[in-house]
Amino acid sequence: MLQKDNIAKGKDSTGRIADTDAFIKGLWRENPVFVQVLGMCPVLAVSNSAENALAMGLATMFVLAMSNMLVSSLRNFIPKQARIASYILIIATFVTITDYAIQAISVDLHKSLGAFISLIVVNCLILSRAEAFASKNSVLPSLLDALGMGGGFVLGLFCLGAVREILGNGTFFGLALFPEGFQPWIVMILPAGGFFTLALWLLIFNRWKVK
Amino acid sequence: MNESFGNIFINACLVNNFVLAYFLGICPFLGVSGKMETATRMGGAVTFVMLISSLCAFGIHALLVAIDAPYLQLISYIVVIASTVQLVEMFIKKMSPALFRSLGIFLPLITTNCAILGLALFQTNKGYNLPQSFVYALGAGLGFTLALMLIAGLREQMEFAEVPRMVKGTVLTLIIAGILSLAFMGFAGLGNG
Amino acid sequence: MEPQKKSDMQNATHLSGESNASSAKMLWAMVGIGTICALLIVLTYESTSDRIASLQDDALEAAVFKVLPGTTSTKAFTLQPDGKITLAKADDGQLIYAGYDARHQFTGVAVEASGQGYAGIIRVLYGYQPEQEKIIGFYVLQSNETPGLGDKIEKDNNFLANFKALDVALDQSGQLLHAIVPVKNGTKSNAWEIDAITGATISSRSVADILHSSIAEKAPVITKNIDVFMQ
Repeated sequence: MLQKDNIAKGKDSTGRIADTDAFIKGLWRENPVFVQVLGMCPVLAVSNSAENALAMGLATMFVLAMSNMLVSSLRNFIPKQARIASYILIIATFVTITDYAIQAISVDLHKSLGAFISLIVVNCLILSRAEAFASKNSVLPSLLDALGMGGGFVLGLFCLGAVREILGNGTFFGLALFPEGFQPWIVMILPAGGFFTLALWLLIFNRWKVK
Repeated sequence: MNESFGNIFINACLVNNFVLAYFLGICPFLGVSGKMETATRMGGAVTFVMLISSLCAFGIHALLVAIDAPYLQLISYIVVIASTVQLVEMFIKKMSPALFRSLGIFLPLITTNCAILGLALFQTNKGYNLPQSFVYALGAGLGFTLALMLIAGLREQMEFAEVPRMVKGTVLTLIIAGILSLAFMGFAGLGNG
Repeated sequence: MEPQKKSDMQNATHLSGESNASSAKMLWAMVGIGTICALLIVLTYESTSDRIASLQDDALEAAVFKVLPGTTSTKAFTLQPDGKITLAKADDGQLIYAGYDARHQFTGVAVEASGQGYAGIIRVLYGYQPEQEKIIGFYVLQSNETPGLGDKIEKDNNFLANFKALDVALDQSGQLLHAIVPVKNGTKSNAWEIDAITGATISSRSVADILHSSIAEKAPVITKNIDVFMQ
């Protein structure tokens, strides 16, 4: 199912063959969650339901896209010695903006994501994309890179959130999936379940890589 | 809110352990938990920075409330934490080269450790006063160190164990962390007394 | 805001460490980036703050409606330190909310209370009907209770049924006649007992304690000043 998703996304951007790679690699080959294991705090903390995972993933993707764009358009202006500080400033700005935007969209959503929105600032994924890609490339490839990486991050978060919600709560996006008698595996929603589910997904990926 | 110091400490250290319950600081957790010695030093460095940045965050919060600019909270926290780490690094380098050698390489890593920023944000959310913040930071730091040392100890034991090749590394650490997290749930309810 | 921004900038430039490039250029770059960032943040804050405030008011009002059945409008009051209750002015702490139904009849007051739960603080809003001397509604505003077990205090229907008519009658001297106590699931026999959740004993007891200490403090004051709400 993952692969199908990937192919479908690839087709969408066939218009720009030169840039497709910047986009595709983050989704699969260099997937930030499963391959690079970056930005783990939000991955584990807010993935206890599919909805939270998706919201968190999209918020991160937005911050990543905006900061990558700004960093790449300012890349000749930012002095080398102060680059990390500048990146952090830029990222913190967009995280603050996202925080207010989510509050303005829904109070409940903001409540369930809690302080983890603010913690997007220290998500190593965003800083590493700014440093490794956006500071060396022009705006369009940087945006595509961010969308790819962000998409990969959303995908990873969603895989975790879906498994944890289905097994731990017996629901998917709040809809009951199982007949009345189903006893949910509470452990999956607990913090421990986050560790176990991520370990399981990494295992599946390792197996796929070994083959 | 009027929580007793004991409650705050136990809650931050054991019940809501930053690593095992809030998943904060997972990056160094996965990275430097291979050896007991590095884990202890990292824990020490994090606790130290936590105490200092907790005090700074308290000051900034008071200032931001005074000038009525809540929207600058995040940006000023992260900038101040980053510069505190830098200052602490320069200070230690000057004052105690021995300490610098043992903590040195960990200090820059701490800047992007979400446990530090998380601490600053949580203490603001909970509305702790200065002594409460200090106890909270101490508990969180020691809890972080404890979790790191436990994992490191277990991983040292596992090093020569026969595990399938695919499980080795991150996957094994995550499974151990999951089991530890379950064990730490036993502490829940302690903060009640 | 200006001095704060400046100190940010100084801190930020600090980060760069030892530099051999011209510091003037670096300073300008940092000032430029800082200005852009500050501008973006202030713009977002200004454009969202009204909507956020109104959403938060709505959420609180919805919670008040939930704990006071039949309510269609609310008024905020303040508990004064001298034991009086007055209409709330802006920026007052310690708010309680009086509810009124469609015919402007008083339906009860909603009071916020908090205390230590199983894992962290639990904040609740409960509806108190001073004429019947009963708690008539209960809503968890915030909790960190264990998902699947302790967080049943938020949504378990059997548990929430405890608070449809929880007896909190006062005696002559203004003391609670019966303490609010949790009992083993399925053994509730008196109107002042709370049927606890199996597997969430501590969370259930915490809720009982929070309600008990809050109502013991507030109920005498509210009953004494009941006329204030009728006006």
